[in-house]
Amino acid sequence: MSSPAPSTDAPQLAGDLAVWLIILAELLAFGILFLSYAFARTFDVALFNASQDTLDLNFGAVNTALLISGSWCVVRAVEAVKRDASANGARWLMAALVCGSGFVVIKLMEFAAKAQAGIDLSTNTFYMFYILLTGFHFFHVLAAMVFLTILLVKTGAGRYGKHNHHALETGAAFWHMVDLLWIVLFPLIYVMR
Amino acid sequence: MFKFSTNTLWLLLLTATGLTYWLGESGQLDHASMAPVLLIFGFSFFKGMAVIIDFMALRHAPALWRNLLLGWLVFVTSMILLAYWIGLR
Repeated sequence: MSSPAPSTDAPQLAGDLAVWLIILAELLAFGILFLSYAFARTFDVALFNASQDTLDLNFGAVNTALLISGSWCVVRAVEAVKRDASANGARWLMAALVCGSGFVVIKLMEFAAKAQAGIDLSTNTFYMFYILLTGFHFFHVLAAMVFLTILLVKTGAGRYGKHNHHALETGAAFWHMVDLLWIVLFPLIYVMR
Repeated sequence: MFKFSTNTLWLLLLTATGLTYWLGESGQLDHASMAPVLLIFGFSFFKGMAVIIDFMALRHAPALWRNLLLGWLVFVTSMILLAYWIGLR
């Protein structure tokens, strides 16, 4: 007796298993950093609040909107490619890259302003966490943008479609992880006193 | 679990970000109480859940993966709330 064909409705991970294992590792690493920040704050709430006051909430909020919009664009790109609309998918990926570039520019402006003010890792505990957390996250945004650029080129060349979108979903999952991390980081570092 | 279209979800996420920003700018967070902390991290939790379930397409993924990521969000948010509660005492 032949075994039944696997159902197409069976639960499936979008993207490669390897990227999901990387995502788990990244979430654990950032989780430890988030909790280290939150509990370190309990030892000197006044210092953390005073230092936090020097951050520009406008930059943090605009960057949150940019990453969320970037994620939305990536979802729309995957949806388009699954409909075999590769050209449309490439346009959405381009839009996601524009959002990512906006994030990078704003973050560089923020880092430059802090450096000009003489702030570095040794200034105080808050700034050590601020630079570590946002700097570590910044490099993840850059990595995600490199993946998106490769996916954009291949999508534009019509390499992905209805029956071949595994790599696109893999890159998308990594991009969404970067967004998810910032969603926790923004209220923690910029907003909550 | 609620299911929104991609565009509606994007608008909801932007709205939650706008409300978080407004609360931060309004000075409401300077009061030493847990209410604003719960509100701000409530928005953050909703946004994280939406990204995990819909943007990361885990709604129709094996439950193990969905629960792993949601579990991470629940644990991290709960521990952050605990730390802020300790900070208020």
